[in-house]
Amino acid sequence: MVKLKEEKGKIKRNSNKITTFDICLVVFFIVVIIATLYPFLNVVAISLNDSLDTVRGMNFIIPRKFTWANYEKLFREEKLLFPFLISVLRTVAGTITNLAATVMISFVFSRRDFYFNKLFTIIFIVTMYVSGGLVPEYLLIARTLRLSNSFLVYIIPSLIWVYNILLVRSFIDGLPTALQESAQIDGANDFIVFYKIIVPLCKPVLATVALFVAVGQWNSFMDTYFYARNLPTLQYKLYEILNDTGINLSSMHQAAALETVATITPQSVRMAITVIVTVPIVVVYPFLQKYFVGGMTLGAVKS
Amino acid sequence: MGKKIKYHKVDGMMVQKPKKQKLTWNLIRKQRYLYFMSVPFIIWIIIFKYVPLWGWSMAFQNVRPKSFVLPVWEREWVGLKNFKDVFSRDMFYAALRNTLAMSGISIVLGFATAIIFALLLNELRVMRFKKLTQTISYLPHFVSWVIIASIAQIFLKDSGVLNQILMSMGIISEPIKFLSQTGPRFWFVVCLVNVWKECGWDAIIYLSAMTGIDQGLYEAAKVDGAGRFRRMWHITLPGIRPTIIVLLILSIGSVLNIGMERQMLMSNAITKDYANVLDWYAYLFGIGENNYSFGTAVGIFKSAISLLLLMGANKIANKIGEGSLV
Repeated sequence: MVKLKEEKGKIKRNSNKITTFDICLVVFFIVVIIATLYPFLNVVAISLNDSLDTVRGMNFIIPRKFTWANYEKLFREEKLLFPFLISVLRTVAGTITNLAATVMISFVFSRRDFYFNKLFTIIFIVTMYVSGGLVPEYLLIARTLRLSNSFLVYIIPSLIWVYNILLVRSFIDGLPTALQESAQIDGANDFIVFYKIIVPLCKPVLATVALFVAVGQWNSFMDTYFYARNLPTLQYKLYEILNDTGINLSSMHQAAALETVATITPQSVRMAITVIVTVPIVVVYPFLQKYFVGGMTLGAVKS
Repeated sequence: MGKKIKYHKVDGMMVQKPKKQKLTWNLIRKQRYLYFMSVPFIIWIIIFKYVPLWGWSMAFQNVRPKSFVLPVWEREWVGLKNFKDVFSRDMFYAALRNTLAMSGISIVLGFATAIIFALLLNELRVMRFKKLTQTISYLPHFVSWVIIASIAQIFLKDSGVLNQILMSMGIISEPIKFLSQTGPRFWFVVCLVNVWKECGWDAIIYLSAMTGIDQGLYEAAKVDGAGRFRRMWHITLPGIRPTIIVLLILSIGSVLNIGMERQMLMSNAITKDYANVLDWYAYLFGIGENNYSFGTAVGIFKSAISLLLLMGANKIANKIGEGSLV
């Protein structure tokens, strides 16, 4: 309510008078904000509430019987340290390698004087529209390349996102060509031009790409499910706890059957791990916000 | 002599096309660093994107784990048998129905809410509040489906918060079984959760398109006495129409590619008949039961239909004179 009053004051200074429509808008968006945040807050409340008490009744935002026991139980019994390390490692390593690959190819693609520029670009862009599909990709990764149950399965298959390359290339295209030319006249070879001039100038767009890739890596779940269940990530661990199956399931029929009896882990503990998996995203989110909005608009202009 | 000089557009100006270079050893030497920087990734993309395309041959063969090790030409060719197999199963049609239903609902609901969200947000005149709303509305986009499913299970269960709220407000007298009843309801639940997750994010693109609309139009409309709703309807909405159409074409092209993650995570034994989508179906038979050919055939069917839909939508957009992709 206090907030509303401040806003009213601001509008007046902008000379336009406030109408009922403005007030309705603000009320509407306050409802939207509550609807967005409330489920998250509810989960936090359940995770901090005594698990027996949770079974008895509802928690809304404030835990009724405050306790850390759910988190303690989680760390004691579920051995979260290993999945946590895997998640962090794949996020860091995956982002660095992806970023390095992206900026290198983007630089090459921005060089219209490169003899194979067009051919190479087409080879990349075609893959945005046709893909082999689930089964051939699975067979390639798991059977032909034998990447399953190795950490590399998190890094190598997701080395390149073609969309990001187009994003970075359009950014490099926007840089003045004189910079590259003058460096070349001074005797710099292509790699030095790339490393000393292009990479530093690309920092803003690279931050955007890094964020997208890092979030993608952190949130990725299907690749663990398909290929590397012995190297569980936090996301996979959460999935397992949600289904309450410690067993590696070979077929989804079984998974579905077991879901019906999935009431062994108390709700509060499940919510505790949900919170743990979400926290890193929520923590970095405000800092990186300005980058991804920039990246999104850049992508929008391109399409 | 007499050769036509080719022109191409650079920043709106016609510029003479540079002469095609000849590939000589000298040129290769000069550009050697560019090769170092691109060839490894060309190899990567051939292995990871083109080799699976080659794997499509499996759909016309009988490939089981044992015969998979054989070279392609030594496997047993069966023609279109696998496709006939696919089309003769009821479960395939159930998966197709579920996929089409969920992406159809998603497109309609997703576009409508994102556009309305952007329109209303654009009308918000308190900048700080607008920023805050946007920031919060993106947040669920960055959270994984595993987490969303986990939250949804708690929030939407029979004794969950949503049911409690609705009951205490007297809107319903009995809890709604959001996730514990089979039937088309599951489609709507998944799609609504998806809207909740992506609405704010999808609105960004429209908002950025709105900033490009000529402010003079609004002034002129104001002078003519148009109210805010009329300005939204006659200026803002037509202003973002090209964006809407490009996004619609893209989404129609990916109608069958809705993945399987959210369906898999949100469904349970009760709702699974309405959760099984094409990708999941291909996984169940192709990998779960080691019938590689069958799974590949489903994948090819999916790609072919997607391509047809994309071209069709593109053509229609061309006909009605709107921007198109190609």
